[in-house]
Amino acid sequence: MMQPATKDHAALSEIFIKDEERVNWHDGSLWWIRQKRDKVAKQIPEWESLREVASGIKSNVISNLHEYLLQFEANAKKNGITVHWAADAEEHNAIVYSILKAKEINQLVKSKSMLTEECHLNEYLQERGIDVINSDLGEYIQQLAKEPPSHIVLPCIHKRKEEIGELFHEHLGSQKGESDPTTLTRIARKHLRNVFMTRRGALTGVNFAVAETGEFVVCTNEGNADMGAHLSEVHIASMGLEKIIPQKKHLGVFLRLLARSATGQPITIYSSHFKKPRPGQEMHIVLVDCGRTRQLGREDFRNSLKCIKCGACMNTCPVYRKSGGHSYHNTIAGPIGAILAPNLDMKRHADLPFASTLCGSCSNVCPVKINIHEQLYKWRQVVVKEGYAANTKALGMKAIAWTLSSPGSYITAGKAGRWVLANIPLAINNKLNPWYKQRDMPDSPKESFSEWFVKNKKNGKKEG
Amino acid sequence: MTVGLFVPCYVNQLYPSAAIATLELLQQLNVDVVYPLKQTCCGQPMANSGFEHLTQKCNDLFIQNFAQFDYIVAPSASCVLHIKDHLHSPEQEETATGIRNKIYELVEFLTDVLKVEKLNARFPHKVGVHHSCHGLRGLYLAQMSELNAAPFSKPHQLLNLVQDLELVTLDRGDECCGFGGTFCIAEEAVSVKMGKDRVTDHLKNGAEYITSSDLSCLMHMEGILHRNKSNVKVVHIAEILNSRI
Ligand code: SF4
Repeated sequence: MMQPATKDHAALSEIFIKDEERVNWHDGSLWWIRQKRDKVAKQIPEWESLREVASGIKSNVISNLHEYLLQFEANAKKNGITVHWAADAEEHNAIVYSILKAKEINQLVKSKSMLTEECHLNEYLQERGIDVINSDLGEYIQQLAKEPPSHIVLPCIHKRKEEIGELFHEHLGSQKGESDPTTLTRIARKHLRNVFMTRRGALTGVNFAVAETGEFVVCTNEGNADMGAHLSEVHIASMGLEKIIPQKKHLGVFLRLLARSATGQPITIYSSHFKKPRPGQEMHIVLVDCGRTRQLGREDFRNSLKCIKCGACMNTCPVYRKSGGHSYHNTIAGPIGAILAPNLDMKRHADLPFASTLCGSCSNVCPVKINIHEQLYKWRQVVVKEGYAANTKALGMKAIAWTLSSPGSYITAGKAGRWVLANIPLAINNKLNPWYKQRDMPDSPKESFSEWFVKNKKNGKKEG
Repeated sequence: MTVGLFVPCYVNQLYPSAAIATLELLQQLNVDVVYPLKQTCCGQPMANSGFEHLTQKCNDLFIQNFAQFDYIVAPSASCVLHIKDHLHSPEQEETATGIRNKIYELVEFLTDVLKVEKLNARFPHKVGVHHSCHGLRGLYLAQMSELNAAPFSKPHQLLNLVQDLELVTLDRGDECCGFGGTFCIAEEAVSVKMGKDRVTDHLKNGAEYITSSDLSCLMHMEGILHRNKSNVKVVHIAEILNSRI
């Protein structure tokens, strides 16, 4: 599952950026969502304190995860839900498979689950003869395209409507050249409706699981999670351990933040509460660790578990907007992906903490106030110390040579010039220097400030 | 009040005029300025690349050079932020803490310490302000567009004191330019694309000059402007504030 990435973020971005017109469009779409987010966030006077409260609740959750999980398990069981625990992706997939197999179900309709993407559940089930359909429109499109999602909330944000039309033509028999979004949505709807009617098994993700009541909440805009769950004999919900919230009243905080941060909507169209199976239905919850407890043990990175997967940090990230989600070669892209991925496989994802300018916009939009850019900085230190920096092409010799030169205290003003020119890679004026490819060097001044200063002896206040 | 002037290594070598303007401006405002000649670098290039553990020598040298002053001022938000966030010393931690608390970026020194309300400067041009991310989100030189909080901008506050200067409004007032230290080399394609888009925003809105409190951002954007044969220039904010009537 975790093969080494063939290309790193820098190389994959370079490919994405070649089509500049597309990059501009991609950047513009996401920026538009960021603006919508700003607008609704600014309509709520208490927005910043709401973020603070959400962050505080999540701090409590990750500090007491053990108790809350057990409380949730007990209450969910009381409600008639079967609770499973999975240490890793393999266990998760095996549990899902065994539930389906016991009921002789060989078709599954799935919705809203980045976790199952993370676990590569579709492939696993398909190898065992179970057909899986992603029912969120964006994920459905990505499945047709045989590509992973490029964004956690907007899975096919990198695809233009013409490309989607082409996919539908090829797979669903729609008219060639059809690219009207409404028509395409209708076509997908018709196909999915049939899927909903015939599938006996449904799998959903979980946005929030309430320890106090043993219920869970799934937020969607399309109602597909409900459709799948309500029409199925078996409803399986896969959730990462960190999705717990202590009490039902806390939903009031998170539901206000989630959709506003994600898409600039006041709330998702559906915030569906699942508490117990309806008569005749089986309901299962799989609680999945998959590296989360390891992250919990990393003091500097623990807060990343507060994430409610709103995607705001991606929408605001200029690097993400210009490089596209697939350049992160990880299920979760963007700034949050870059701080989660090294925990899963540091070697493979050693490049991701460096795929950022550390501008800090991500931390400012994050509804649960994760210090994302500070964690990126800290991951860089860890990646280098663990000896993985050299594995990333992005940090090739050119950059390393600069970074390793430690200016000793012997450097006097006169020698500093030589040090800078010899060590700043952008000062080397040649074609192999990446700075020079698309940028000129500043004109070199006739003397440095130090030289000027020594000549003019300007210490002190204004003369005369 | 004695101020130690910290001129980051690349400013010293590549943009001496910005350092001269900083010095002259402070002196105009009656500040006693000392420039320690043995200074080099804040250590940021190493640290941001994951080599913070190699910066101790750099830190010690910085402490040696600057501990004695009432304030330390530098015409570079990024280097100031690095010192504020990361200057430590196992042997002289108290002194290091003192430095972290008394180092200022030029703009904030002018607005917050000197409380400048009048300048004898004239700059008859249309100017676009580039907020460097370290200045904005690190030093809080202006309100960040992501937050639901009252707007303010220290660079704008000062530029408004300059005669005949016209500020242009940008479509994206505080987006990163993509310089990012070693990022500009390691992620060349993304870095340049980000820079191009920032520059385009300024051009589109009629700027003749792009100014900032960070020369690293300006150097990056200047590189792109030059390559594309644009007439638009970059200028450090100190040079505008120090421009004579
Ligand atoms: S890190 Fe914050 S902004 Fe990013 S997806 Fe998670 S909750 Fe949203």
